[in-house]
Amino acid sequence: MSDHDHDHDHDHPHEPITSDGEPPAAARARALEELLVEKGLVRREDVRRSIDRLVSRSPADGARLVARAWVDPEFKKRLLADARAAAQELALDSGPSPVVVAVENTETVHHMVVCTLCSCYPRALLGPPPDWYKSLPYRSRAVSDPHGVLEEFGLELDDDVEVRVLDSTADVRYLVLPRRPEGSEGLGEEELASLVTRDSMIGVAQPAAPAPA
Amino acid sequence: MTFGAGDRVRVSDRAHEGHHRTPSYVKGKRGRVERVFGRFTNPETRAYGADGLPEQVLYHVSFAQDELWPSVRRNGSDTACVDIFEHWLEAE
Repeated sequence: MSDHDHDHDHDHPHEPITSDGEPPAAARARALEELLVEKGLVRREDVRRSIDRLVSRSPADGARLVARAWVDPEFKKRLLADARAAAQELALDSGPSPVVVAVENTETVHHMVVCTLCSCYPRALLGPPPDWYKSLPYRSRAVSDPHGVLEEFGLELDDDVEVRVLDSTADVRYLVLPRRPEGSEGLGEEELASLVTRDSMIGVAQPAAPAPA
Repeated sequence: MTFGAGDRVRVSDRAHEGHHRTPSYVKGKRGRVERVFGRFTNPETRAYGADGLPEQVLYHVSFAQDELWPSVRRNGSDTACVDIFEHWLEAE
């Protein structure tokens, strides 16, 4: 045997460092990170900071944009014209994409967002995408059978509603401005924002209904 | 060649080795330019560490679902909108 023939007992218990159960993608990412760090191209500190920044975002930022657009028609116009600039008005960072587009759902048009090629998503405004958004079934079926997918999400649209699927294939990120729920007329901006769900800004759900008065 | 909003276009049906951002389901399909987003670096070379130059104009192109998936249930007016770089588009 080699000089590695020593006792592995030491002073703290732990799971094996390399787990056989590690998903292949996680193992690949870890191996890449090891190599990049070893070659001095990135520092672990930068990786950790980037992850922290990504997971610190949440759909609450997107919801603030939507709620403001619901109460302020002029802001809504600016949001639909240039969502990056509108986000800046509320001191929100809409991320590295040079163009962020907000699209309005109406009585006659319903938008839903997908990235068929990977998982492009307005992360700065919505936080990390849900697992289903990155899944192959959603990515393929959102474009080929949007009505079927929406029904599975529990969203039944009237027959005469036009469905527009937005495939985020390049540098542009899309945010759906959902329809303001009925019965929300008397609510303030903060209460309205609490009705705006992540899924409603992806376009696979309607916002939550307001609690009965 | 530069397109404008309202122009009819067809997506090139060519194969491409390596990274590209033109989904196969729109290749060879006819659509309409809805919006011109401006010039962006080309992901096909940027993906391999190059500078992505020359920049390509990026278009928001809508496709009738009837054109893309003739056999799937839909409303007649349904569309899919895909962002496509100029070098993948031909005048229709």
